[in-house]
Amino acid sequence: MKNIRDFVKELTEIHGNKRESLLSILQDIVERDNYLTSEAMREVARVLDISSADVFGTASFYSFLDTKPRGKYVIRVCKTITCDMKGKNEILKTMEDMLKIKVGETTEGKRFSLQEANCLGWCHEAPAMLINNEVYTKLTPAKVRKVLGEYIRNKY
Amino acid sequence: MSNKKLKRVDFIFSDDCKCDEVLKKALEMPNETIIQELLDSGIRGRGGAGFPTGLKWKFAAQEVSEEKYVICNADEGEPGTFKDREILTRVPKKVFGGMAICSKVIGAKKGFIYLRGEYTFLLDHLQKERDEFEAVMKSFGHDFHVEIIMGSGAYVCGEETALFESMEGKRGEPRNKPPYPTQEGYLNKPTVINNVETLVQSFMIMRLGAKKFNELGSKDSKGSKLFSISGDTPKAGVYELELGMSLADFVDEFGDGDTKAVQVGGASGFCVPRRKFGETIIGFEGIPTGGSMMLFNSTRSMYNVLHNYLDFFKEESCGQCTPCRVGCQQLYKGVKAVKHGQMPPEYLEQLQKLTNTMILTAKCGLGQSVANSFSSIVDNFREEIIY
Repeated sequence: MKNIRDFVKELTEIHGNKRESLLSILQDIVERDNYLTSEAMREVARVLDISSADVFGTASFYSFLDTKPRGKYVIRVCKTITCDMKGKNEILKTMEDMLKIKVGETTEGKRFSLQEANCLGWCHEAPAMLINNEVYTKLTPAKVRKVLGEYIRNKY
Repeated sequence: MSNKKLKRVDFIFSDDCKCDEVLKKALEMPNETIIQELLDSGIRGRGGAGFPTGLKWKFAAQEVSEEKYVICNADEGEPGTFKDREILTRVPKKVFGGMAICSKVIGAKKGFIYLRGEYTFLLDHLQKERDEFEAVMKSFGHDFHVEIIMGSGAYVCGEETALFESMEGKRGEPRNKPPYPTQEGYLNKPTVINNVETLVQSFMIMRLGAKKFNELGSKDSKGSKLFSISGDTPKAGVYELELGMSLADFVDEFGDGDTKAVQVGGASGFCVPRRKFGETIIGFEGIPTGGSMMLFNSTRSMYNVLHNYLDFFKEESCGQCTPCRVGCQQLYKGVKAVKHGQMPPEYLEQLQKLTNTMILTAKCGLGQSVANSFSSIVDNFREEIIY
């Protein structure tokens, strides 16, 4: 894996080094590293010639741009009303039991982070969740055991 | 009472149209004719705010600038809304088509789709469609390119000026208006920003003509619209319906026989109790909606519904202006305190006053519209909030 300096350089070649490029660059770093280290944010600030406070201030605004360590797989369970009505709590409980962590935590070895999210746009197939960019809907505890079980066994 | 009955329509997802031909024809029409067609059709923005689309394009066309932009707002985040995802999945060609026609009218060479981060799974599909579209543009000799920009999980970025800020690499904090986007939008250049559905409808008006669109709907709400239907319904999904129906008709069709309330327009919309279904019109003369329709039956606690919405707003408020940042937190804490008996029921009146302050002083639509769901739930389901 490239060091962060080379990686940011490569990203500016794709997205440019203007302020408008900032979000795309940060998104790509999160895609690769799962979260933004302070080293990464400082490097982006240097290359875009803006203050690192500006980079942190921007990143911390967005819920998908984590500035704290996250797992390789970020699970986002929708908590907005329809998903809540259709059994979101049971889904979360099943995952907490399987991963042995609480909502907001990351497993040891940083494989999974479990989070709640606001409306994911799947209310008609509630309850729903994202695991990174993959969508899973019409969840039941049995379906969660199957899906998450496969991640735990097969995905590294 | 409404004189419009519930009627299903099939413009948006119909596949009877050869998109390239419609596009070619539209690109050869004079700009004035296109604007006039849109004005004649009576179409208003489908994202919720309802600004006349023809006027928006006209204003941007009148601006003098080397650079102008067309932006498709695909940051669909209102709770209960998922129609734009369905459009982008099933008929992306019509979205690109609408953007291209707009680009010709206003004189833009560059367009963007701002896609919410939650829909990243759509990116590959859209990029492929975009490449095909650009090849068609090239063959027509129309100089227009579209870039897809991803959001990163912030509801407020659906507010048009917050979306510009986000695209400019900043925190998604709404700007003061005026200046309006048609004057100073993305990078402070004249910009048309339309909802995904508005672009598709504009495209379909070019295909079917203003008259066909205008014949549908009611006086203030012309045409048809997509509805995202969820909650306690056996028919959850996306439906295209003629505007102007009564909520009673809607519930007859989509309810589960035990509908207690319908939240029209998402968390920032209004909650209508059963006794008002008959008198409530779905449209700009009654309750407008970006399409979100959430049904609740008698097993649901309206306290939980309100609490869920306030939790949503408290997290999604950008925090820039005090009325919204502090207001959302206080409302959230306040209803909880009343429910748990830590505050007397009369405290709800004080909270109502706070929402009035938010309507007057919050900087953008997010803070201003928290009052909608708060007041309509508290007024109609007061007992459920207190006991």
